[in-house]
Amino acid sequence: MQYTDRHNHAAHPVHPAHQLQLEKLSVQRGRDIIISDISFTVSCGDIVALIGPNGGGKSTLLKALTGEWPYQGTIRFQDRDGKALPKPCIGYMPQQLLFDRQAPLTVADILGAHQCRWPVFLGVRQKTRKKLKESLQRVHAQHLLDRRLGDLSGGELQRVTLAFALDPVPDILLLDEPASALDETGKALFYQLVKDLREQYDLLTLIVSHDLDVITAYANRLIYLNKTIITEGPIDQVMAGDPPWLKGINPEMEDQP
Amino acid sequence: MSFWYSLLEWLPFAFVRYDFMKNAFLAVILLAPVFGLSGTMVISNRMSYYSDALGHSALAGIALGMLFGLRDPLVSMIAFGILFGMGISAVKNKARSSTDTVIGVFSASAVALGIALLSRSGGFARYSNYLVGDILAIRPADIGILLAVLLIVLLFWVFLFNQLLILSVNASLAISKGINIKLIENLFMILIAVLVTVSIKWIGTLLINSLLILPAAASRNLARNMRQYHLLSVIFSWIAAVVGLLISFYLDTAAGSTIVLCSALIFAVTYFISQKQN
Repeated sequence: MQYTDRHNHAAHPVHPAHQLQLEKLSVQRGRDIIISDISFTVSCGDIVALIGPNGGGKSTLLKALTGEWPYQGTIRFQDRDGKALPKPCIGYMPQQLLFDRQAPLTVADILGAHQCRWPVFLGVRQKTRKKLKESLQRVHAQHLLDRRLGDLSGGELQRVTLAFALDPVPDILLLDEPASALDETGKALFYQLVKDLREQYDLLTLIVSHDLDVITAYANRLIYLNKTIITEGPIDQVMAGDPPWLKGINPEMEDQP
Repeated sequence: MSFWYSLLEWLPFAFVRYDFMKNAFLAVILLAPVFGLSGTMVISNRMSYYSDALGHSALAGIALGMLFGLRDPLVSMIAFGILFGMGISAVKNKARSSTDTVIGVFSASAVALGIALLSRSGGFARYSNYLVGDILAIRPADIGILLAVLLIVLLFWVFLFNQLLILSVNASLAISKGINIKLIENLFMILIAVLVTVSIKWIGTLLINSLLILPAAASRNLARNMRQYHLLSVIFSWIAAVVGLLISFYLDTAAGSTIVLCSALIFAVTYFISQKQN
């Protein structure tokens, strides 16, 4: 175990951790500047809550990190001495997994397509199935292997998407409102799962969320984003003294377009 | 070829007396699995309108071939098909209109260009063969081309299928896993362009798309996973092609349309089975 205190929010790794450093990152779409001048450094082992109003650029920031959207500025993955490391492996869970729910596609098909070279239109081999069961076990979903993706409930789909994101175990895990479709119990279970994963693997996790109460219980850092970074730091410091921007975050308001 | 001919002569059908029927038989046996395989991903990637437009645009490819004095317009058709596909691909990502609209614009323009050029100085009728196709006109040399297409599709499916599948489920997910989605998408569009244009001479521009869509659509009614989806699609495609060709011989109808009717019947049957299962 790499962490001195498993229950403390601000867990500090014993070994030098890898870091993700963003410098003056901005994303422009057409003439609109969606985010600009984003600079921060976070370490592997951190769970970072990314919060802010709708249209504040949270999802955009994640998509810049996955490589979907072009950006200006630099994204560096480095060791603690600032030495650049090769491109990190990224796991990403989109806000809403939009896909064709009628498609003849099972959980084994989609996970197998990613995990092995054997083309899955010929079927998923026994050897692969065993590996896939292990991946699903990480998110407590091994029983879903042969279910059709379109038949899964919201919570089940979220766990399968998380298993997809965790395979192979990434350096950086990006979760875009991962628990939005879940009830309170589901949310608590999901975040506990993320926390457990963080303790098993040396992950850096960035979570976009509107559930301030839930996320502050699990994250150790917070970034408040509204076009640019308004505030950023360890969660206890940032939340101390009831900051004025906190009033702007109202889950009910956020659901409206 | 002589081995194939002698093999067929064992069959208890009158058509085996004719070499052109033997060639056609071999051609549909080679083409059917190609269409069955490719159709699944055309549907999964919501590209059926694109492949339909490709079929129609081939008229322009034929016309350009004639304009350049080519005796066989196959090369110009393939070249135009690929250009057409890349044009759509380039515009759809930047245009403010939906993909359907972009394809519609390209399709209409290509058909209009084809008709305008082919109807120049009278006689569009000369080219009406390309509308309905003539599978009986297939020559042994064409079989080689079909084999090559079959091989290309199989190679694509073996090496790039998994990436194409993830892309078809969700593009953002595919990008996050480092899949070059533009490359995969463009290669697939080119593959379909080549497949469609190569087969047009025999199936015709009007019906080529149904050959691609119907077996896979019928398979979707029953399949629960990717293996079943592809297996059933190929089997349906084969049954429709062989039965359709035989019926067309005995009823003296156009082979392409008879094959498509068989596919439509299979679709109807699978549809009712799927309704009953629900």
